[in-house]
Amino acid sequence: MKSSFKVFLKGIIDVSPLMIPVVPFGLIFGVLAIDIGFTPIETMAMSLIIFGGASQIVLLQLFSGGASSLVIISSVGAVNSRHLLYGAVVSEHLSDLKLIWKIIISYFLIDQAFAISNEYLKKNKNNNRYFHLVGGGATCWVIWQSTTFLGIILGAAIPEKLGLSFAVPLTFLALLVNDFRKFINVIVIIISGLVATFGYNYIPFKAYVIVAALAGLFTAMILTSKNRKV
Amino acid sequence: MSNWALILYCGLITYLTRFSMIALIKKEMFNDRIREILSFVPSAIFPAIIFPAIFINDKGLFEIDDNPKILAAIIAMVIGIFSRSIIATIFSGLASYWFLIFVV
Repeated sequence: MKSSFKVFLKGIIDVSPLMIPVVPFGLIFGVLAIDIGFTPIETMAMSLIIFGGASQIVLLQLFSGGASSLVIISSVGAVNSRHLLYGAVVSEHLSDLKLIWKIIISYFLIDQAFAISNEYLKKNKNNNRYFHLVGGGATCWVIWQSTTFLGIILGAAIPEKLGLSFAVPLTFLALLVNDFRKFINVIVIIISGLVATFGYNYIPFKAYVIVAALAGLFTAMILTSKNRKV
Repeated sequence: MSNWALILYCGLITYLTRFSMIALIKKEMFNDRIREILSFVPSAIFPAIIFPAIFINDKGLFEIDDNPKILAAIIAMVIGIFSRSIIATIFSGLASYWFLIFVV
């Protein structure tokens, strides 16, 4: 059996290519949070406590738009519902672990670590294979915290004229690059986008993120059920 | 609610979505149909952030004329579809946006 440290290192090596886009994402988060009016300590705490790029950017976006706390928290929950899928998929590999390890691993169950460790967990059956997920997650943690910190420092130096807030939709657009080729996904993307844009001023409490996401999921449900019957 | 409470609650809900399935749910409680629907979550939720950030201006108004963000986002999308690269998508979008507002 490979040593746990080697499996941990393998996780670090495997996740590294996926860390390149995390760098600008973290910087943008740090810069925007300061720009919106969070203190440096609050901004750092967000990255440490939440440790989720999409969640944190949604928090900023809705906070700056004047949404209520309840709407912000439920929107963050909606954005995170994809983690339910990750958890369900990896849980079969972690079922024998002690609770303390489950508690630790949950903190590191992020998009990038899931993407690479899911492959590894499927192919390897060694008992310490979960160290791969910890290695990937820990790598992302270090990158995310340090780029947030850099963003906080740079925040004051970056002129508003650059329109860096435009990097937010671009970052999310980039996360969908693999979905633009799938027909049902494209329909879901268009429906959700239209509902959010036209509901922006009419859906109360800035709940447009949740309403649009539900509309998109409902569309996916209808389109995939038709597919199945054919 | 104070900023600190907001951060703590957002952290808590993020952590719970990660923890709940690992700790509580057994594999068989998640059928293929639910898995299939959940795989659409990114496609369903990210556009709700992308579209308003492009089409709605600072004053909360729908803006389609004289809006360089639309063209820049389309360029980024096309680059993304062909390159499948997250970083190329972000930078091509930013570069074309800056080109449109500073040069054109």
